[in-house]
Amino acid sequence: MTQSNRINPSIWGGQIDRAQNLTFSFDGRSYQGHPGDTLASALLANGVQLMGRSFKYHRPRGPLSSGSEEPNALVELRAGAAREPNTRATVAELFDGLTAASQNRWPSLTFDALSINDRLSAFFAAGFYYKTFMWPAAFWEKIYEPIIRRAAGLGAVSRLEDPDTYDKGFLHCDLLIIGAGPAGLMAALTAGRAGLRVILADEDFRMGGRLNAETFEISGQPGADWAAATMAELASLPNVRTMARTTVVGAFDHGIYSAVERVSDHLPTPLPGKPRQTLWRIYSAHALLTGGATERPIAFENNDRPGIMLAGALRTYANRWGVAVGDRVAIFTNNDDGLRSAADLQAKGVDIVAVIDSRTGGALLPGIRHLRGAQVIDTAGRLGLKSITVRADSGKIETISANALGVSGGWNPNVNITSHHRSKPMWRDDIAAFVPGEGGPANLHSAGAAAGHFSTHAALKSGAEAARVIAEAMGKQAPYVLPAAEDAPLSITPLWHVPHGKGRAWIDQQNDVTVKDIKLAHQENFTNVEHLKRYTTLGMATDQGKTSNVIGLALMAELTGQTIPQTGTTVYRPPYTPVAMGTLAGRSRGKDFKPFRLTPSHKWAREQGAVFVEVGNWMRTQWIAKPGETTWRQSVDREVLQTRASVGICDVTTLGKIDIQGTDAGLLLDRVYANTFSTLPVGKCRYGLMLREDGMVFDDGTTARMGNHEYVMTTTTANAVTVFRHLEFCRQCLWPDLDVQLISTTEAWAQYSVAGPNARKLLAKIVDQDICDAAFPYMGAGNITVCGGLRARLFRISFSGELAYEIAVPTRYGDALIRALVEAGGEFDAVVYGTETLGVLRIEKGHVAGGELNGQSSALNMGLGKMVSKKKDSIGMAMSLREGMNDPGGYWLVGVRPVDPAAGLSAGSHFLPLGAAPTSAHDGGWLTSKVFSPHLGCDIALGYLKAGDQKIGTRMRAVNFLTKTDTEVDIVSPHFFDPEGARLRA
Amino acid sequence: MLKPLTALGHETPQTVTIGPLRVTERFDIALSSLAVRRGRDKDLAKAAKSAGIPLPGPASAEAGDPWSAFWMTPEMWMIEAPHASHEDICAHLKSALGDAVSMTEQTDAWVRFDLDAPDLSPLMQRLTNLDLPAKPPGFAARTVIDHLGVYLIQRRASEITLYGPRASAQSLLHALEVAARSVY
Repeated sequence: MTQSNRINPSIWGGQIDRAQNLTFSFDGRSYQGHPGDTLASALLANGVQLMGRSFKYHRPRGPLSSGSEEPNALVELRAGAAREPNTRATVAELFDGLTAASQNRWPSLTFDALSINDRLSAFFAAGFYYKTFMWPAAFWEKIYEPIIRRAAGLGAVSRLEDPDTYDKGFLHCDLLIIGAGPAGLMAALTAGRAGLRVILADEDFRMGGRLNAETFEISGQPGADWAAATMAELASLPNVRTMARTTVVGAFDHGIYSAVERVSDHLPTPLPGKPRQTLWRIYSAHALLTGGATERPIAFENNDRPGIMLAGALRTYANRWGVAVGDRVAIFTNNDDGLRSAADLQAKGVDIVAVIDSRTGGALLPGIRHLRGAQVIDTAGRLGLKSITVRADSGKIETISANALGVSGGWNPNVNITSHHRSKPMWRDDIAAFVPGEGGPANLHSAGAAAGHFSTHAALKSGAEAARVIAEAMGKQAPYVLPAAEDAPLSITPLWHVPHGKGRAWIDQQNDVTVKDIKLAHQENFTNVEHLKRYTTLGMATDQGKTSNVIGLALMAELTGQTIPQTGTTVYRPPYTPVAMGTLAGRSRGKDFKPFRLTPSHKWAREQGAVFVEVGNWMRTQWIAKPGETTWRQSVDREVLQTRASVGICDVTTLGKIDIQGTDAGLLLDRVYANTFSTLPVGKCRYGLMLREDGMVFDDGTTARMGNHEYVMTTTTANAVTVFRHLEFCRQCLWPDLDVQLISTTEAWAQYSVAGPNARKLLAKIVDQDICDAAFPYMGAGNITVCGGLRARLFRISFSGELAYEIAVPTRYGDALIRALVEAGGEFDAVVYGTETLGVLRIEKGHVAGGELNGQSSALNMGLGKMVSKKKDSIGMAMSLREGMNDPGGYWLVGVRPVDPAAGLSAGSHFLPLGAAPTSAHDGGWLTSKVFSPHLGCDIALGYLKAGDQKIGTRMRAVNFLTKTDTEVDIVSPHFFDPEGARLRA
Repeated sequence: MLKPLTALGHETPQTVTIGPLRVTERFDIALSSLAVRRGRDKDLAKAAKSAGIPLPGPASAEAGDPWSAFWMTPEMWMIEAPHASHEDICAHLKSALGDAVSMTEQTDAWVRFDLDAPDLSPLMQRLTNLDLPAKPPGFAARTVIDHLGVYLIQRRASEITLYGPRASAQSLLHALEVAARSVY
């Protein structure tokens, strides 16, 4: 019979839709459940208690809980690339077609070969890794760790790309309410009616918290009905946003919380275009934690068998899902809440074989065998509970047949989020639990069970009152009327573990930590809670010890003779429950990881089959192959030769452009550049060298004076943003008295370099004005028009050593201009070149770029020491005068050629004297940039060499341990091509 | 004459529709930054008033004919005007405002997308951390959308203008499309 453990609907329906059936599979076997079920409730309804194997000993395990605190019932959901391991069956919402599988077992869940570990448990006590696998050290990574990982572990990832998408977003509210139980609902109602912008988030798919799990009444109606009615009213308030399936996982600074919304986890596959989960960043003026409390077990021998669960979970399965986990049920409790489970189950026709109550006083439950002062001391049943052994108050030991046991050791308020800023929770003896302490995140309040208010009345009242206080703090009145509800005390007498026998009593079921392990930690002096956690693994992994931490530290307190508050707790950190990596990535995956910047010539270049290279976010043309060219070198050599022979065109839009205006623009430039700009005539450019405060070179580029109070600075592509930021810092913070205004114009202008002996002839065909040498001399700059009147700018500057210009038009015309230049250049055999050729041309000319502008090099190192003007103060000038910065034996920019032209050079090689051993003591410097020069027919390079200016003409070795090369090289001038500069002034 | 291309690389501006959302690329607006020179605030205010150039306060935009503007940073605005009549926008502004200001043409530094939908808030919640539902019509701010620095103007709850970096026009549109598909 399917769903044999469902309670007869004539007795109790539960919050499931019994009219509809959902078919799902677990470990390949098909079952049926109903809408409203979780995977765990549906499996239990079908009599399946065994859902997993434990982490270390491979013990058979069933669910301990009915919520997100679950340590045992971890399964793999879905199949193929969508498979998700370590999912808690207790919160996995059932849908038609769901596929689930158990994990950490082989060959099957019922027969797991690795359960041999359980028999060898004596060898696997806490700390056994550290004691057993210390020697030999080399074995750890290759031998021991792989073996341990295979034997102990959780689920396996699919190793396939996640087919689903994830989203992220930002929300704002006056009040974020975390948890939609009675306190949260009442707070939302109070604040919502007062007009506050409220977000009410709950991890469950059904809002109401424990009201859905209990039979309490509120205002004369079932609690679950009151919750549904309250949700209906909240939905009618436009200022309230309710978010089911949303877990607030962390508290961050300034009222910011992160929350994961499971948008599509309850569907077989997400709807087209829709994300599986969304990560929300919630900005709140105030937040209220109403996250309820988590029940804790009691440790006794063999307390981990399938069928043994928390007493509150046992009644949740009955009340919410209409499931009787067993037909012979016992309850073991140290508080009144455990008695409720017995009463609720009995009312549903379940046979309560005994209530084992560790307390000695108080009233007895009517019609139930209620054993006062008794304890469960052992259990039996390999794959499921068969019996329990009870020691009565008299000392008499009795075995009772039972196939389900509910255990209640009290309730722990879910204080986690209040401690995300390291605030320590406070211990309350009356409820034997920690409650939120002082000094938590600013404006984070707590109410309901999360604050230790366990009765329904107290929860409702504390929620409403918290909302009223918050509303008043925000200038709004929030009166409320409390609905009538039960107000029973918890009446707990703490019992953490049952001291009996020599068997194992589990504290942390997820990590297989037992009472013995805690005792061992104490014996070996790991008594601090943080040490206890690391030594035993108590409280680690996916459940983060939600059911185990407090018992573990209570036991340590007993062992050390300290109180529980003296023993303290470990630190709670985000996330509250596990978050998939994909959720953190959101939309930023694959090509969407970062935006691209496309140059104005991109469309044209793509049409030509250009190869692109990422330069920051820019996609720059690297080279453009012609038919017949099979290697990149063939294309680049051709581009270089054609440029030097006639003319080449290159998109240089990516260089930073900063418009600098104001009556003090020249003064600012004098202060930020090492050389002088205030004297630059209008209509001229100058190469500028920018230093950092420490005297090292920051950036370089040319700056043109376009008007009396107007300059255009160019920066390197890499430093466009950092230079702009630096100038803003100088303008706003260092010299706010200067009249200077800045704005970036990098993308406003499409700019092309036109370089080569025929550059002027080519440009003359499209520039409307005369640009002969006299009219537009070397380093000239000005506003011009092109192609019959289009506004443009022309700069006569060169990065190649050739007669060269940079021409700029408004970017929308950039595509048309490259086409016009190519067409006009046809008669000159003009070529469009990419960044590789750019590199060859600049190294042939000895210009520094990224490899040399490495942040560790001064102007002197680059052979540009004379550019640092001593006639004025500028950033970095004072430091550049320091002795250490002027060491004659310091690094100097040199050129490098292999003695044998057929030998290759490699960037990063270090210079060594001939015959010297390759040790750091003989290291003379390093090779910074290398290219093949088609003109010289060999590799050429730039490098920094100690006292390099005095070593021009000498011979050294360039040694590279990475590429395993050792090349004899000639140290030469860095200016390989046209050292006199005749070509660029032509 | 050279033929212009839009930021998305077409000869005519594009419109993309996803459910109720319409994203329209605007190619007909000229832009210039306007920064007051030191100590010339009053001169600028006077000249701008007589020329009908709005200078809205912090975090706001003001629309007019032909001049519209939004606030960028203290003492700095972006001025909008029809491209057809004000292509050389700085020349127009110079004649109106003289040397009280520094101005820089920004027309082609940006791509402009106009977004309209009956309810834009679910989309914008996924794109920006600005609390737009709490902001009035005419709210303007610099924000970040998928790593891109963007100027955002909320014309009204159902109409938003974005100015994003022109070179990343395709990436910005892609970001809008991906977010929109998860919403609409």
